Amino acid sequence: MSTPGTAAVSSSRANTILLMVVVMGIAVTPFFAEKFYVQFFAKLLIMGILAMSLDLLLGYTGLVSFGHAAFYGAAAYTLAMLTPPFQAANFWTSFPLAVAVSALLALVIGFFVVRMHGIYFIMVTLAFAQMLYFLFHDTKIAGGNDGIYIDVRPVAKIGEWQPFNLDNFVHIFYLVLVFFVLVYILLRVILASPFGRVLVGIKANEARMRSLGFPTFRYKLVAFVIAGAIAGIAGYLSSIQFGVVNPEMMGWHLSGAVMMMVILGGMGTLTGPIIGAAVWMLLELGLQGLPKIGDVDLGKHWQLWMGSFIVLASLLLPNGLLGLGASLLRKMRKPRG
Amino acid sequence: MADAILATQGLTRHFGGLAAVSNVTLDAHMGQLHAVIGPNGAGKSTLINMLSGDLPPSSGSVSIGGRDVTGLAAHQISRMGVGRSYQKTNVFLAFTAFENCRLAAQSRRKTSMQFFRPAARLADVNRAAEVALEAAGLAGRMDVVASALSHGEQRQLEIAMTLATQPKLLLLDEPLAGMGAEESASMVALLKKLVQTHAILLVEHDMDAVFALADRLTVMVNGQVLASGLPAEIRANAEVQEAYLGESHD
Amino acid sequence: MELATFLIQLLNGVQYGLLLFLVSSGLTLVFGIMGIINIAHGSFYMIGAYLAWSLTGAIGNFWLAIPAGIVITVLIGMLLEWLVIRWLYNRDHLYQVLLTYGLILVFEELRSVLWGDDVRGVNIPQILAASIPLTENQSYPVYRLAISAVCLVVAVLMYWVIQRTRLGMMIRAGASNREMVQSLGINIHIVYRVVFAAGLTLAALAGMIAAPVSAVFPGMGNHVLIICFVVVVIGGMGSVKGALIASLLIGLVDTFGKVVTLEIGGVKLLPELSSMTVYVLMAAILLWRPEGLFGKRL
Repeated sequence: MSTPGTAAVSSSRANTILLMVVVMGIAVTPFFAEKFYVQFFAKLLIMGILAMSLDLLLGYTGLVSFGHAAFYGAAAYTLAMLTPPFQAANFWTSFPLAVAVSALLALVIGFFVVRMHGIYFIMVTLAFAQMLYFLFHDTKIAGGNDGIYIDVRPVAKIGEWQPFNLDNFVHIFYLVLVFFVLVYILLRVILASPFGRVLVGIKANEARMRSLGFPTFRYKLVAFVIAGAIAGIAGYLSSIQFGVVNPEMMGWHLSGAVMMMVILGGMGTLTGPIIGAAVWMLLELGLQGLPKIGDVDLGKHWQLWMGSFIVLASLLLPNGLLGLGASLLRKMRKPRG
Repeated sequence: MADAILATQGLTRHFGGLAAVSNVTLDAHMGQLHAVIGPNGAGKSTLINMLSGDLPPSSGSVSIGGRDVTGLAAHQISRMGVGRSYQKTNVFLAFTAFENCRLAAQSRRKTSMQFFRPAARLADVNRAAEVALEAAGLAGRMDVVASALSHGEQRQLEIAMTLATQPKLLLLDEPLAGMGAEESASMVALLKKLVQTHAILLVEHDMDAVFALADRLTVMVNGQVLASGLPAEIRANAEVQEAYLGESHD
Repeated sequence: MELATFLIQLLNGVQYGLLLFLVSSGLTLVFGIMGIINIAHGSFYMIGAYLAWSLTGAIGNFWLAIPAGIVITVLIGMLLEWLVIRWLYNRDHLYQVLLTYGLILVFEELRSVLWGDDVRGVNIPQILAASIPLTENQSYPVYRLAISAVCLVVAVLMYWVIQRTRLGMMIRAGASNREMVQSLGINIHIVYRVVFAAGLTLAALAGMIAAPVSAVFPGMGNHVLIICFVVVVIGGMGSVKGALIASLLIGLVDTFGKVVTLEIGGVKLLPELSSMTVYVLMAAILLWRPEGLFGKRL
């Protein structure tokens, strides 16, 4: 499924195979690891889905959206608001509805922002996301500042048959894994399609695409909606995983973190963002667990180290870790002398 | 004489207080090559930008195939059968020559909003790309990444991309820019062949090429038309000689 | 609404707007001249406020704290430019956003280490502690008028420096043609360092003078930054006139949104959703003019 004619950072076929191996490895985690690790991997996969959705915009269409978390949070809040107090929502209705809400939100916001370019686009996506953040933070629509608990996880019954039970953390894990694989495959297919090639062309040279006869606004808007919908998938899964929903899920810190994951891993590769998500989460975990040295609590101020890391990574890793890996491989393959 | 496929009337473009193009009226016909020449800064690129829809005119009108297209966007004009090449090479440097043309040819499909089939398997699009590359003389270089092509080959790719959109009217902005003697000769031969089946508006500095190709000539100076007519007439025109042709060109 | 109340809110709105204009001027100055978007700009608003608090506490005098704070900020700004920012020229905006986002985290934590996480306050200096009576029982604080005055003075000063001095000429030239400026023997790097430090100082100054009337709290910079973005989007990038009008518009809409009551169809919109008014305004303007009020037509 390698995309024709692009000088990609690394061949997408190799990426896919490597990913399959890793996914199979992760898939057997519940058999011999404790709950903590199973849930950690589930969270990682959810972040991977979110990061992949942003890569569609960032790495393939050239849309630097700084408010992507809004679509993630919107789906989570939709589930929370569809769940009656102390009762379960229906998975089969709440899931499509939540994703549809994210997609619709992306359509509305996209309509405003997609005609803007460059730094404007970055600013205005952030502003709209903040608007949503404040809507949920300052009002009592959904618990305000504290958010809402999802007391009972959604039930996935079809008639009498229940294919999975979302009160079981292992079931949640596998549900997340299935969606992770599905989203990856979907995005690979889309990127190889005529639509996907238009996006790549737009990122490379939008003006030329227009002079070739493509109405680029339309394509960017559709990409924005697709990315928003997939972010919604991640948001819904996240709310099931954690059982709580709060305004920070729409906040710009999350938007910034996802952007960082995409760049860190290597944007425009689809697998890069997954790596970026993993590295980011491990880094966060590691830094937060730093010990106290004398009077200084290194772990408490983990954001200081995280921030410094972001600064250095932005300067030194423009192609992300995947790019670093690819250039190292190239250097190793070159004959000496 | 066939109806004009391109016709402009009093085309004008201001930038702030400066009139880059003033009151230009010209036309182009199928099977003819209309060359526009003039010193640097004469407004030739601005003129082409207005014809292709990259820039809206301040006043005046443009019609293509009899339809008024004044102010239409670039993608709309392109879909009416207009292909435009750029003075400064504007190809997709990270794609292969083939992919450049394939994408250009894909633009002719009714819609590219197709998400589930592989773009690489669109046989008609692939074929159109191959045909365009062959016509432009790049048949042997299809799988080379555009950034690795020589300057002359990139100019050929510019043309190939334009051809891949199967236009009736070609707007060519200095296709010979920066080319050596041999490459120029190939390009002139190509244009001679193309003009039989297209209408071409050519902006050029290379005077040998211009006089070898042009059926009609328009001279622009300071944004205005100084003279317009048959090449022989223009050559003999004293004003034109003084303003422009007297300058040496390499 | 009574006239006095209206007047008070009007003055508050203008004051907030002028403060916003001060902060966003710094942002657009750096972006317009150096082509760098610095989202840690808001952090300096916060740093200014905390500096005002700690320096006033240490020196004991608000009036001395301000110039001291300015000097410190200029030094930090120049150090930052030399250390980190100068690698961002010509880089894609994406990397500028990311790097400066990292800086936000760094500054937030440094602030936490140096000054803690508590909410602080600064007392209004004695001289300006009076209030102008408006009615029998309502008056307007002189200090707030002073804030507006300072903002206007700084704005005029900036205009004068940029348009009428040699330094300003170098700055404007550097914005349009770096190579040319360098070939004239002017050290563009120093010019950029000065501009960057100046931009940050504007934000810090705003934070300092605002400190006595607003709380000094963690995260105050982030909010201001995002509003600055809205100012630029509404006003149109590159237009100082647009930034001024947008700032005032936002100041007034935000202030009145908090005190007005609006109910449509039984749904309470104001003041419940007052924090959203600014964004709704932005959306409305974008619908009408996507390039902003005074921006170049897209």
